[in-house]
Amino acid sequence: MSAADATAGVVTGAASAPWRRLSTRFLRSELGLVFGRRRNQVALAILAAVPVIIAVAVWWSAPPSGRGPNLIGAVSGNGVYVALAALGAELGLFLPLAVAAVASDAIAGEANQGTLRYLLTVPVGRARLLAVKYAGVLAYALAATLLVAAVGVAVGVAFFGGGEMILLSGSQIGFLPALGRVALICGYITACLAAVGALGLFVSTLTEQPVGAAIAVVVFTISNQILGTIPQLEPIHPYLMTHWWYGFGDLLRAPIATSSVGPGLLSAGIYTAVFLAAAWARLGSRDITS
Amino acid sequence: MTSGDPRGAARPETHAEVGAGAAVSSSGLTKRFRGGQVAVDGVDLAVPSGSVYGFLGPNGSGKTTTIRILLGLISPTSGSCELLGGAIPDRAASVLPRVGALVEGPAFHPYLSGRANLRRLDAADRAAHPATCDARIGQALDRVGLAAAAGKKYRAYSLGMRQRLAIAAALLQPRELLILDEPTNGLDPQGTREVRALISNLAASGVTVMLSTHLLSEVEQICSHVGVMHLGKLVAQQPLAELRAATAARVSIETDAPDKASATLRRLGFTEVAPTSGGVTAEAGELPPEKVLSELVYDGVPVRGFAVATPDLEDVFVSLTGEGFDVSG
Repeated sequence: MSAADATAGVVTGAASAPWRRLSTRFLRSELGLVFGRRRNQVALAILAAVPVIIAVAVWWSAPPSGRGPNLIGAVSGNGVYVALAALGAELGLFLPLAVAAVASDAIAGEANQGTLRYLLTVPVGRARLLAVKYAGVLAYALAATLLVAAVGVAVGVAFFGGGEMILLSGSQIGFLPALGRVALICGYITACLAAVGALGLFVSTLTEQPVGAAIAVVVFTISNQILGTIPQLEPIHPYLMTHWWYGFGDLLRAPIATSSVGPGLLSAGIYTAVFLAAAWARLGSRDITS
Repeated sequence: MTSGDPRGAARPETHAEVGAGAAVSSSGLTKRFRGGQVAVDGVDLAVPSGSVYGFLGPNGSGKTTTIRILLGLISPTSGSCELLGGAIPDRAASVLPRVGALVEGPAFHPYLSGRANLRRLDAADRAAHPATCDARIGQALDRVGLAAAAGKKYRAYSLGMRQRLAIAAALLQPRELLILDEPTNGLDPQGTREVRALISNLAASGVTVMLSTHLLSEVEQICSHVGVMHLGKLVAQQPLAELRAATAARVSIETDAPDKASATLRRLGFTEVAPTSGGVTAEAGELPPEKVLSELVYDGVPVRGFAVATPDLEDVFVSLTGEGFDVSG
């Protein structure tokens, strides 16, 4: 058997696990591990604190009389905007950082502890391992986003009431449709974070140091944002991972626009697919020596 | 068994080179790491079914790399290997559920309890039935004497407890083959005895055990076969009894007249007669010891002590792998 054959053998050996029974046990175990971990719980708590801080700050500085059409004014007029302000404030760093921490831990953390070799000899096929790990990352990204939104809405309504919401296009919608818009935005942000998670998963297959992997992901995300602010680089802006993230304003129009959200979803999908493929290529052929 | 027996009548030639009934076999297994270092060099393993196979070798001789290749964690540069008749890594998914493994020490999630760690491994196993999970975990913990500490967090475990938990993980399912890398490392004397007894019991029930260890006393107590690695090569592989028979016993005579004793021994047909600090030694021949003693006394040799010693495994081991203290590079 040549080296290439041997490598390919690892790949097919992992991929051709016999189907026995569709079981969610491993996925549930993974979710328990991700959400049961103290560090991840603290991260969620910090994420949830941001909308509270925003609400208190706005309430303190601008009692609910409303002066202008700016975001602060909008917040002070309608509680739902607290959720949107918090999501917007956390999308730059906090949310990607939280997702990066979990994603980087996925493979590198197991390798670092040595548990990776025991999972693989159970055996868990390498493709299945990546799928379950990525599902855990996605679940955490979605939970983090929904948590920020839910706390934002709750605190916002408590401080400012849950009246009609003024959309960016000028029209007004009721409280329940406004919640629907928030849910759509959460979905969009989760899709953007899915790309961060895929990147984290890929970097996680390269190293046995989860912290190093998390730093790499955050550096990549932030340098994308910095490149996005340099006007001379405008031709590459649409291809940056973070370029379309704030396009969720599209979802606050009537009718809903797609000029940013459409390419944003496409961009997130492509980044996710590329990084997942890279993660699979890496883990599938890697010698596990940890 | 649905996966079938690849050594069956349908394709006897394919596996002719592999000893019939081998639980672990490899041919020309070689691993060259990216730096060019050859960790495993043309290893032809043959672990007979039902044996307890002691896998010996100095630190860095390639034992663990070999075990990692056998378990599909590392892909070999060349050569092939089979576990329970299924090629690794191609058939890993159907073979590995029947194999329990302990590789290079225990490794678990530090913030989970011992029981929770086992539950996680069981959850990852598609071959494991969820309904029997708790019962199997309880049984495995009982077998390694860890039931009382099952609820403690793994990070609070001592090395011996961690080792026991790793053995429990290998025993979560009924296995046909156990590959255990230094299973008694870090155990207290009672624990060591218990684990040895456990391995012997498992072997008696038909499980093949491949045991990598430094402890030669362990090998002498429980192994039926031995393979010795040195510098990535398998330098010896045979039943333990044969390995020991290959190195003859020696008589040693304590005396202050070594010349006279040597002459007598030569007259009696002994070979390799050599002086020692307090007397003479020679390779033991066919002559019964009491006869040797009476001849010596008859020749007027003042005998202070007389012993027939079979070289212990340590001597055999050192003769195969060299004296040097340095680890193999």
